[in-house]
Amino acid sequence: MEVQWSKTLRPGGKWSGAIGRGKLLRFTALGDGANVALLLYNARDLTERYNMPDTLKAQHVSRLTRGNVLMSDNGRVLAGIVEDSLGWHDTISGLTTRELTDAKYGRTRFQERRNEWLRSGYENAAVELVRNGLSARDLGPVVNLFSKVYCDEEGRMHFQEDHCREGATVTLRTEMDVLAVLSNTPHPLDPRSEYPSVPVLLEVLRADPLDPDDSRDECLNFRPENRRAYENTWEYQLLLE
Amino acid sequence: MTAFHCVESPRRPADAFYTKTLPAGEGWMYDLEPGQVLRIVDLEGNQAVDTLFFDADNPEDHYSAVQTIASQGQIYLTAGSVLRTESGAELARIVADTCGRHDTLGGACSAQSNTVRYAHEKLHMHNCRDTFMLQLARRGGTLTKRDLAPNVNFFMNVPVTADGSLEFADGVSAPGRYVELQAQRRTTVLISNCPQLNNPCNAYNPTPIQLIVWDK
Repeated sequence: MEVQWSKTLRPGGKWSGAIGRGKLLRFTALGDGANVALLLYNARDLTERYNMPDTLKAQHVSRLTRGNVLMSDNGRVLAGIVEDSLGWHDTISGLTTRELTDAKYGRTRFQERRNEWLRSGYENAAVELVRNGLSARDLGPVVNLFSKVYCDEEGRMHFQEDHCREGATVTLRTEMDVLAVLSNTPHPLDPRSEYPSVPVLLEVLRADPLDPDDSRDECLNFRPENRRAYENTWEYQLLLE
Repeated sequence: MTAFHCVESPRRPADAFYTKTLPAGEGWMYDLEPGQVLRIVDLEGNQAVDTLFFDADNPEDHYSAVQTIASQGQIYLTAGSVLRTESGAELARIVADTCGRHDTLGGACSAQSNTVRYAHEKLHMHNCRDTFMLQLARRGGTLTKRDLAPNVNFFMNVPVTADGSLEFADGVSAPGRYVELQAQRRTTVLISNCPQLNNPCNAYNPTPIQLIVWDK
């Protein structure tokens, strides 16, 4: 399939933009140990956004992989994960702050390091939110693509260090017109003391339209909850168009 | 920190300056001054108390479930947990807890999430997010739906397994169990006493809670 648009997110880099429904967003790790924080908003109504608890409890999962959908706070599907070479993407750990970044990797400022200063996920997201008419109040749990954090029986969180290898891919299919906010910044629980420097490639391709009667589509048929969230989405589109 | 960590409080209800009983399905919004202590009592057991926090002096910096759990490396909240904002600031500390484990991954029920989780016909049922929004409407000011980030569910049990599943389990609370929070800065507390009738988060039987505040 033809790549319509692509962008490489540098280590520490950020990007935001509107992406229409019916697109594939393919992310590729160009090195080991990548992490890209992702936030999604409804591009037509920015008050509607990715909701971690609604997404997890509807699908009875604590991580995201192929067949899972990213649900909004209005019970709709922003995007579904249609391909995933890793089997696990974290959504319960959030972003690195400036304080955490300085404490872990040493304090850096633009003044001394110029564009080699170390960016934080919180600041990257805040800038892109303000760029789009939003603000830090619109922050919520992100999806940390390429990262795995699992919990033991006591509830302790564990970061899996050898999870993401160079060439790992994950592909989302948009179901609504979305505003995507991306930050290629370290996972907050990544124990490495060196700031990771892994570029990530984002490619956008056209997706085949989803047929409501498709009994094989994994996102639509993962659970009855997924189908009802897609039905809510189609109802919304019907009234708009 | 262990998963069930019970710490009793030295505070006596007779010394409190504020006491309120909040029925299920109702909301409460209150500003705590630094040092003040709020106790939430699960009067009849297995109730779910959906709670949000805001920095009262900078309401755009709301409670962050993920900052809170990533900072402590542990998904359950109990005595010793520090509730943090998106920017990492401390809002409140849990200083006593006789339940021993509280959830912050399950979020709040809404009309829309009820249609997804149960059936389209559940749209009419009362829910926590409607309670939150009614409280915001009554208070006026700048807070809107944009500020309703994922909340704490006091007394609720949402176990997560190492292979990535998540369930709503029967409650771990009992009549009279409580949790106490001490404000670290001026903190706005927004509570929905959960009216959910479709899952075991409150044993299918929403019941009243008691709210007690001590001055510093």
